[in-house]
Amino acid sequence: MQTLSSEQRDVVSRIVAELKDRPGPLLEVLHAIQAALGYVPREVIPLVAEGLNLSRADVHGVVTFYHHFRDAEPGRHVVQVCRAESCQAVGGEALADHARKRLGVEFHESTPDGRFSLEPVYCLGNCACSPAVMIDGQLHGRVTPERFDALIAESGHIPEHSPEGP
Amino acid sequence: MTAAQSRTGKTLLYVPADAGALSLGAEALCRAIVSEATRREVDVQIVRNGSRGAYWLEPLVEVATAAGRIAYGPVSATDVPSLFDAGWLEGGAHRLRQGEPGSMPWFASQQRLTFARVGLIDPLSVTDYVNRDGYQGLRRALSLSPQELIETVTRSGLRGRGGAAFPTGIKWRTVLEQPAGQKYVTCNADEGDSGTFADRMLMEGDPLSLIEGMTIAGIATGATQGYIYLRAEYPDAHRILRQAIARAYEARYLGADVMGSGKRFDLEVRLGAGAYICGEETSMLESLEGRRGEVRVRPPLPAIKGLFGRPTIVNNVVTLATVPVIVHQGADFYAGYGAGKSRGTLPIQLAGNIKRGGLVERAFGLSLRELLYEYGGGSASGRPIRAVQIGGPLGAYVPASQFDTLIDYEALAGIGAMLGHGGIVAFDDTVDMARMARYAMEFCAIESCGKCTPCRIGSTRGVEIVERILAGEDPERQVAKLEELCEVMVQGSLCGLGGMAPFPVQSALKHFRGDFLARPRS
Ligand SMILES: Cc1cc2nc3c(=O)[nH]c(=O)nc-3n(C[C@H](O)[C@H](O)[C@H](O)COP(=O)(O)O)c2cc1C
Ligand code: SF4
Ligand code: FES
Repeated sequence: MQTLSSEQRDVVSRIVAELKDRPGPLLEVLHAIQAALGYVPREVIPLVAEGLNLSRADVHGVVTFYHHFRDAEPGRHVVQVCRAESCQAVGGEALADHARKRLGVEFHESTPDGRFSLEPVYCLGNCACSPAVMIDGQLHGRVTPERFDALIAESGHIPEHSPEGP
Repeated sequence: MTAAQSRTGKTLLYVPADAGALSLGAEALCRAIVSEATRREVDVQIVRNGSRGAYWLEPLVEVATAAGRIAYGPVSATDVPSLFDAGWLEGGAHRLRQGEPGSMPWFASQQRLTFARVGLIDPLSVTDYVNRDGYQGLRRALSLSPQELIETVTRSGLRGRGGAAFPTGIKWRTVLEQPAGQKYVTCNADEGDSGTFADRMLMEGDPLSLIEGMTIAGIATGATQGYIYLRAEYPDAHRILRQAIARAYEARYLGADVMGSGKRFDLEVRLGAGAYICGEETSMLESLEGRRGEVRVRPPLPAIKGLFGRPTIVNNVVTLATVPVIVHQGADFYAGYGAGKSRGTLPIQLAGNIKRGGLVERAFGLSLRELLYEYGGGSASGRPIRAVQIGGPLGAYVPASQFDTLIDYEALAGIGAMLGHGGIVAFDDTVDMARMARYAMEFCAIESCGKCTPCRIGSTRGVEIVERILAGEDPERQVAKLEELCEVMVQGSLCGLGGMAPFPVQSALKHFRGDFLARPRS
């Protein structure tokens, strides 16, 4: 188990202090942590629990319930490929296979060089322009394998992944 | 601004900032337009509107000419020099010219009540909104008693557009009847169903109509706090909603003194975190409270004991955004549209393998065939449409032989289907329905909240059984097992996820049995 750096601890403490008086703050806190750190390290659980007056088990239960919260640092670019029905109807599964091959990883994995994480997503609300992909919070529609390669090549030039969230 | 030219004498161009348009390059297009205009030393001003919903034409640029708005699409950044050459700022001829958008048959034959402004206005301009009937509903609401107001919503026949189709007015009345004290209005913007994007388009294209609808719900029931529970997959909608809420506060349409009435209504957006089940209303409330999105046992109803244990309205985005036009124009106006017990209009979303995908708002009662072929133009691949899935991942597959069914709640129930949130996903004849059945079970397994066994364990078993069918292992026996399992899930699940995930499977088995039985053994 890793320990948090002192900067990470400070960030988390600041977030908790800022949001703790809002009604039902836990999800807000976790979103803010993921936006700041790129993921929700499991080591923040005691800090968050204490700050919000919840049990560690409660916080753990919430963090693990939601697909959105990552437990490991993601690649610099997060590539989400839609796997839901509308995208399947126009080649979404072939695109998913292509993405795996192109990046050389399975879903929920990151490339060894830390550049890309590949994640499944179940509908991006872009079903009239299927198949859809989201890269670092940017939506792309009618993505062919060729277009996918171009997008991946382009994101190589984009300096850093800007974390999503509020 | 609706004039052909902005006050500064620049030509106005509309380039959607809708996520779908952005996904097709609308941002790069804006940059290209600005730089080409600069190079040619012409003054243009770009308004970022929502999408009209004609996605096969996105990015669809509209130029405000002296003769009205003229549309060009689909425009890519590389088309821009030739469009300037063609004199598009004056509406010049070009292969991408679509003419006046309102007179395109696809658009002209729609009946847009909820989506009346989407694609037309700057979604962040309170002035644009007010100039097109915005806040007329709230104004009228403030002159009515809560009972009269709720009576209007009830008599309009409006039913929840999130999926369950429950009468909205009745839900509101229950909240009104609870003892005074803190009450809430919550908007379900979790829109998890594949094939749906009406909520997203509305929030990105006319967020003030949702804000107004929620404010009216607050006025009607005495609720002073609203929350929009928005799925995390919609970052563009998130940004636009937050800006729109800030503008509504500035203009005093939100806050301590709504439109000078002395009544309070506050509103904020909360983000979900990638859990489909959080679209189920009690799971959504748990999530809003910052907990695991586990489904609550009912009763009590959310209207009696909802968010933080208080009386709470839970309504879908489209439901709430339809309230202003109903209150403004009256119950009879709205109820004048529709068929049978399905009153008003429905924003239908056409997706999947379809030539002209997008949003069609029409009164209930048109046929699936009209929708798929007249609006949708048939499949994108040019092959026959073999099946459509209606109402998201828990909705039934409907075969081509039933395309004459009308789109209304009762007619679809009559063929064992449901309308859900109004999404329709088309598949051509290359679809393997056994694979779609496998996916339905897999999706349920991934998204199950884990509270009850038929859903949590049953769905995983379902995946295993379909896998054996796909491998051609004793299909007759496996199909019988699958049918039994579906029955157990339907009967024994606490909520609609486990209880309806079998619907696509059962309908696939019923209409496309050959896909399950006639498989080569691998
Ligand atoms: C598994 C499941 C998922 C649902 N997802 C959504 C959703 O994403 N959006 C929505 O508005 N309603 C969804 N619903 C329906 C809600 O439970 C609820 O009926 C609805 O939000 C009420 O609003 P309405 O009356 O305006 O439709 C879902 C229901 C179930 C069982
Ligand atoms: S049916 Fe599934 S999602 Fe619904 S309560 Fe049971 S386990 Fe949870
Ligand atoms: S199903 Fe892929 S974007 Fe909706």
